[in-house]
Amino acid sequence: MQGLKSLFGRRRRYDDLSVSIQEHIEERAEELIDEGMTRKDAERTARREFGNVTLVRERSREVWQWSALESILGDIKLVFRRLRRSPGFAFTVLLTLAIGIGANTTVFSVVNGVLLKPLPYPDSDRLVALWLNAPGAAGLSNFISGLHLSPSMYFTFAGQNRTFQSLGVWGLGTANVTGLARPEEVHTGLISDGVLEALDVPPALGRWLTQADQDPHGAKAVMLSYGYWQQRFGGDRSVIGRSIQVDAEPREIAGVMPKRFRLVDKDFDLLVPLAFDRDHLKLAGFGFNGVARLKPGVTLAQANADVTRLIGVWMDSWTNGPGTNPHFYETWKITPNFRLLKQQVIGSVGSVLWVVMATVGLVMLIACTNVANLLLVRADARQQELSIRAALGAGRARIARELLIESASLGILGGVLAVGAAYAGLRLLVAIGPADLPRLSEISLDARSLGFTLALSVFSGLLFGSIPAWRYARTRACAVIPGAGRTASASRERHRSRNLLVIAQVAMALVLLVSALLMIRTFAALRNVEPGFADAPHLQTMRITIPESLVRDPQMVTRIQNDIADKLATIPGVSSVGFAAAVPMEGIDPNWDEIRIEGKDYGGGDPPLRLFNSVSPGYFKAAGTRLLAGRDLTWTDIYGLRPVVMVSENFARDSWGSASAAVGKRVRQFSSMPWVEVIGVVEDVRHNGVDEEAPAIVYWPAMQTNPYTSQPTIEAARSVAFAIRSARAGNESFLTEVQQAVWSVNANLPLASVETMQDVYGASLARTSFTLVMLAIAGSMALLLGILGIYGVISYGVSQRTREIGIRLALGAQKSELKWMFVRSALLLTAVGVAIGVGTAAAVMQLMKSLLFGISPLDPFTYITVPLVLAAAAAVASYLPARRAAAVNPVEALRAE
Amino acid sequence: MAKNPEHRDLFPGALEVMILQSLRLKPMHGYALVKHIKQVSDNLLQVEEGSLYPALQRMLREGWLESEAGTSAKGRPTRIYRLTDAGVRHLEQEVVSFEKMFAGITRVLDVAKA
Repeated sequence: MQGLKSLFGRRRRYDDLSVSIQEHIEERAEELIDEGMTRKDAERTARREFGNVTLVRERSREVWQWSALESILGDIKLVFRRLRRSPGFAFTVLLTLAIGIGANTTVFSVVNGVLLKPLPYPDSDRLVALWLNAPGAAGLSNFISGLHLSPSMYFTFAGQNRTFQSLGVWGLGTANVTGLARPEEVHTGLISDGVLEALDVPPALGRWLTQADQDPHGAKAVMLSYGYWQQRFGGDRSVIGRSIQVDAEPREIAGVMPKRFRLVDKDFDLLVPLAFDRDHLKLAGFGFNGVARLKPGVTLAQANADVTRLIGVWMDSWTNGPGTNPHFYETWKITPNFRLLKQQVIGSVGSVLWVVMATVGLVMLIACTNVANLLLVRADARQQELSIRAALGAGRARIARELLIESASLGILGGVLAVGAAYAGLRLLVAIGPADLPRLSEISLDARSLGFTLALSVFSGLLFGSIPAWRYARTRACAVIPGAGRTASASRERHRSRNLLVIAQVAMALVLLVSALLMIRTFAALRNVEPGFADAPHLQTMRITIPESLVRDPQMVTRIQNDIADKLATIPGVSSVGFAAAVPMEGIDPNWDEIRIEGKDYGGGDPPLRLFNSVSPGYFKAAGTRLLAGRDLTWTDIYGLRPVVMVSENFARDSWGSASAAVGKRVRQFSSMPWVEVIGVVEDVRHNGVDEEAPAIVYWPAMQTNPYTSQPTIEAARSVAFAIRSARAGNESFLTEVQQAVWSVNANLPLASVETMQDVYGASLARTSFTLVMLAIAGSMALLLGILGIYGVISYGVSQRTREIGIRLALGAQKSELKWMFVRSALLLTAVGVAIGVGTAAAVMQLMKSLLFGISPLDPFTYITVPLVLAAAAAVASYLPARRAAAVNPVEALRAE
Repeated sequence: MAKNPEHRDLFPGALEVMILQSLRLKPMHGYALVKHIKQVSDNLLQVEEGSLYPALQRMLREGWLESEAGTSAKGRPTRIYRLTDAGVRHLEQEVVSFEKMFAGITRVLDVAKA
């Protein structure tokens, strides 16, 4: 109140004060006149006695002001006034800052959304992923997913643990929904009891799936995702209780989950109860993800210890059938290694994001050095003003404060612009970001991102401002007096700070360019990997699943698939068609199991687990996987259930020495089964992605005698991916023809995952190409800023040394020598920067090792090329101003004095 | 900043008490205040203009004084300062504490002399 009143009354107070002081002096003067002085003398004496009127007035006025604040406001006003006077400088600096801070805000928003923000579940720090390590189960367990849980494990863990509030298992699947519009394949989340309780997000409508819904013989229920509810039912609230056909089975809609609810980090259309039949469970069946909520106060270590105990209980409680040893799994050395759910969701993307964050941070630093350079030049121009002020008694702090206020204002202005840039950048980043970036939907420009922007703006403002402030606040009255600046070349000291900035810039640019080039080389190395299929853009893939509820007979399943393949082959432009249980890089492993080679002794132990795939005749031809020895499958092999198999080259070489030696050899799964003959060997396929080793693969016929039943039955691959080789792959009209071809065979079959192999392949390279694009952008920005920095420093040096150049020329210096003098100084700075940068890069690249493929972090090619590029850039950047120096006319340069 | 080395600066608060006490006698304008204090103290105390005006503003802000338009002895327009009730109360408090302080100082000095 007091403050406000004083603010409004201030003008009157100031006037009163002036009147009082004026009268005071006049009255004193009159008195002096009365004492006999002349008017002139009296007035002068009165004024002198009074002292500094302005100062008295200012001190008196300060009583009414928040003095510190107002003088800062005054400084800020001055900053804006000066910026308006030099729009070129203001534009350059603000643009640099807007881009630099904007890029940082963008990436920070991603880091925040993906890595920092808690998962969108209540008390999400108590959610854990039930990760089991099983070093003894090669193939089934790996670093990417650990060992999945079996249903029997779930029952043991859920029923007997002491550390979890709730615990459940889940998986993903697809289901055919019929009876709504045209048949469609939807994504399902398969959940046991305990999953929804653990995640603890209430339904938007209706109720959760409950324990009653998990009864395999009870009523069938289903929940909808918000999106599916909106899309298929238009958000109709009366859907609760209605029935839909899921895989030809009627299920009652129990509830709808809210918007943005995801099953851990997966999207789904329907939530279907797993409904395990407790009476028919074995130990095996390791196919489910576990999620649980810890009781309050329980640590991960306690949970691990609890479940370690339960693994013994599990082996005691269940069996794999008569005659099997339930404690066989001790050889797998199963140990729980639970981790926070968030850690599981983020996975390995963290390293990429931190690299990108560090990269844009480095670009920001380079941008700051450039701005600092510009400010130094500007402060140079104000040298006279500053030294006069220092001479008149301005304190160091006062001058430093003014310079810092100028740079901080620039920083904040840049930050404001940066928010706009970040908003655009975020959309771009989400668009080009890797498709498998987790939590993509949670990325936004929230309060934390804005806070980060503000902090970064102020910090960078103070950072680039501190250099000129530190330099010039020390300027004392004696340093430079008007005119002195013209006679001497710039002081050595002033040069030194600019040189240091350039060296720092070159070093940072080098680090970025090295990392960018290493990523480019990694990408090239990945592109050179033989993936095991050919001409990916012209390979169309799609998945068709024939559920048991639709077609019961396995032979019929294969017939339908065969008919579809034949129909597809008649589409114009299709050269070959085949299908397999999984195509490469699709993320699907159809099966893993033991395989025994005839004549090989396993020393009483078990043979290693191998990846199994099931294929149709013609699949390898369509995919472009080369046949190295023997022959392909035929339909006669398939329908005749002939005991034949195909293997990958690495499997053949491991087992028999070479591909050709494998043909005619025999293998079998279990000792109770008949031998099957290897009829063909195909090249290795990078099944798990370009950067993963090609696994040894056993290819079974799409239909075969079921190895897992005691009575001989027939088994067919029900969910298969078709591979269609055609120049028209991906084309809309082609896809319509494909769809019609499928429906002409069976109108109830939906098509899923319709993609060209190029899309699949591209997704496999997504992480690398994303990192590559980010680093390439950052690297080129760094190079550009570096060139600008060198150009600016040399150019400024030339303009400052015009007189000196004139004298040199007048004394007979050669123009070429003069040019060389400037280029040489630039190259010297670059050389120092390169030396520092190479050392830094070599250290930093060790951290990036995990992102590289097929290339050493100390790749000599990279470490030679980048410095050469930088040196060339420095030479060009310094040659331009050097030429100007050589063109100086000595007469004019000296006359300018 | 003392213009005359013979005159010491007043210690903090003293100037304000001088001003308040002077204005209690009658409202005055700035120059009259300076003259008044000089006369009453037999030239022992001289108020610096550099301190007087900021002090007046401070006291206006605290609400101890009011200012109003008026004319000087010579008939020129100026601002007359008048003591408020709050100013009177403040003055009385200050006088009590000053007297205690002077008594204390005097005793200490007497002991030192003895």
